[in-house]
Amino acid sequence: MNRAVFLYVGVLLTVLLSFTGLVSIPEKQLGGLQPLVDADGTQYPVPPTGMVAEGRGVYIADGCIYCHSQQVRPEGFGDDIERGWGTRRTVARDHIYDSPPLLGTMRTGPDLANIAVRQPSENWHLLHLYNPRITSPGSNMPAFPFLFRKVPVEVQVPHDALSFPPGWEVPGYSVVPSRRAKALVAYLKSLDHSHPVPEVPQ
Amino acid sequence: MNAATSSDAAPAAAWRAEVDASCAYPVVAFFVSAVFWLLFGTVLALLASIKMHTPGFLSGAEWLTFGRVRPVHLNTMIYGWGSMAGVGTLLWLQARLSRVRLPLQLPLVVGCALWDLGVAGGSIAILTGHGTSVEWLEFPYGWSFLFAGIFVVVMAASLMMFSARRVGHVYVSQWYLFGAVLWFPFLYVMANALIHGALARGVVQAATNWWFAHNVLGLWFTPIGLATVYYLLPKVLGRPIHSYYLSLLGFWTLALFYNWAGTHHLVGGPLPAWLITVGIVGSVMMFIPVTTVAVNHHMTMKGHFALLKVSPTLRFIVLGAMSYTVVSFQGSLQSLRTVNEVTHFTHYTIAHAHLGVYGFFTMVMFGAIYYIAPRLTGREWSSPRLIKIHFWGTALGMAVYWIGLTWGGILQGLAMDNPDVAFLDVVRHTMPYLWSRTFAGVLMAVGHVAFAILVWRMFTLKGRRLPEPASAPVVAMAGGAQ
Repeated sequence: MNRAVFLYVGVLLTVLLSFTGLVSIPEKQLGGLQPLVDADGTQYPVPPTGMVAEGRGVYIADGCIYCHSQQVRPEGFGDDIERGWGTRRTVARDHIYDSPPLLGTMRTGPDLANIAVRQPSENWHLLHLYNPRITSPGSNMPAFPFLFRKVPVEVQVPHDALSFPPGWEVPGYSVVPSRRAKALVAYLKSLDHSHPVPEVPQ
Repeated sequence: MNAATSSDAAPAAAWRAEVDASCAYPVVAFFVSAVFWLLFGTVLALLASIKMHTPGFLSGAEWLTFGRVRPVHLNTMIYGWGSMAGVGTLLWLQARLSRVRLPLQLPLVVGCALWDLGVAGGSIAILTGHGTSVEWLEFPYGWSFLFAGIFVVVMAASLMMFSARRVGHVYVSQWYLFGAVLWFPFLYVMANALIHGALARGVVQAATNWWFAHNVLGLWFTPIGLATVYYLLPKVLGRPIHSYYLSLLGFWTLALFYNWAGTHHLVGGPLPAWLITVGIVGSVMMFIPVTTVAVNHHMTMKGHFALLKVSPTLRFIVLGAMSYTVVSFQGSLQSLRTVNEVTHFTHYTIAHAHLGVYGFFTMVMFGAIYYIAPRLTGREWSSPRLIKIHFWGTALGMAVYWIGLTWGGILQGLAMDNPDVAFLDVVRHTMPYLWSRTFAGVLMAVGHVAFAILVWRMFTLKGRRLPEPASAPVVAMAGGAQ
């Protein structure tokens, strides 16, 4: 093969083909997806704002995606639904406001697409972030003590201090979540894909 | 090409020495940088691996949390070690095969220094909480402009050599190198613009992400790795590549199929079924180029396996080429929905990725540096013993790594697909395999330190002088490798 022009054209054509197939056409097909609006005017999904958006930033900065997915596989493919990770499979519409979408490729920890439904307690989330072994014995999730402040109890017990189960208290201190910890929990408590969608028949 | 006779051996050796001399500064710069990032990435790899089974390890500082250390490991290995070793090798191969002096030497050296700054800056950005959580594109958007700019210089140098080539025949390695320098910049710029520049929306960003990330291996590392094997195998053996036509078939089928494979990372995800199916078809079709290349390399090697004992270059590239075959077949099977249902989201995928980037590409790059460096410095490698430690540390480390996490990943996947097993029990079952990875990582790290010492001594000219000019089998190949 001695013709450089043949190489040029072939090499560019092959990559343009896959770009068209795997990127351009999907963008045509899915790029115009709109949120659903219920009869009472509520919209699904909604763009993340305020503390939720801030918490999404913490989720990204601390790399939660490397151990947690946010996608429920279809019924009959894996056991995501049987595990209670969701009531229906995830669809493209669930992620129209996610840039980038945090679908994830690893489940060292469980899927979080519907963690808000599964675990509504704010104190549980905070304890779990402060030290995952408190709520989930045997977990290999990292602790995030740097998202909390320790305040000596003699000063005062702040109203938002964590309430520990017996045996886990930090003697002499109360533990207070930082704004970033609260934002991250607000984000986790917003992860709810249970809203019905026309793509998945009930 | 005619077999060289004794009368034209001397001029051939002379132009080879001239080409090698022109490569010296840029290629050494890229190799030294690459080895630095290899060591740096190894430290992060060990940290991340230990944190997986001992989560309390160095967990007090946010910049050292697992979710930051892991992407820095990946990015320093991909953009630091792999790409820089790849660019050094690519430049030298293209100069040798085109029989021209390396152009743009100063811009390339400057580009190399800026590249180092880019990897360092991007890593600091991730560690300080500015990573993007887009896999394989974790450096913040701004850094991508720097890398894209340097890439223009590498692309220009490569294409200038190619168009000024003084050999009529275009050798198979040059097809692959030609592909690599055109494919990667396109992929990198498009992926950054669509994802970080948010030109695509929602899950289309995910499709773009995996189109890109899989092609970093498929259209960047793989062509450079195969070009290297296609060049060095006949060089070291002193015999031509088995079949020109198999080479041709292997190249074009790779170009056609590999870049469709990426969406197999999204099986079961919220994307149209056709898009996933296309990815699976692309993956399965990879059987053709992989079988072709495997047969071609094996038939070239046949009857010469005894040489593995004497040539470190050969040992590394043959191990690399064998890993390429295994990892590719594994990848094709893994893309099938029934297999993927178990292996997706588990450590099995991590083992697979390392067999590709490490077992194949990294091993080939080790082999390339063992071959190229003495020709740039005129010195021998200073210690056969360190080479041995390097080879066995990395080879055994890779084997333990792959076996442990492959097996552990299958068990993890089966348990996870069984709703009767509590999730924390799934986690507990993976522990021994996560420990085996740390053990494997220590073996690899020992190998890397031995290699770094060798490279340091090589480029500070500590080895014995080679007889001038650098000796190589003076047998010209039927395929025209020069």
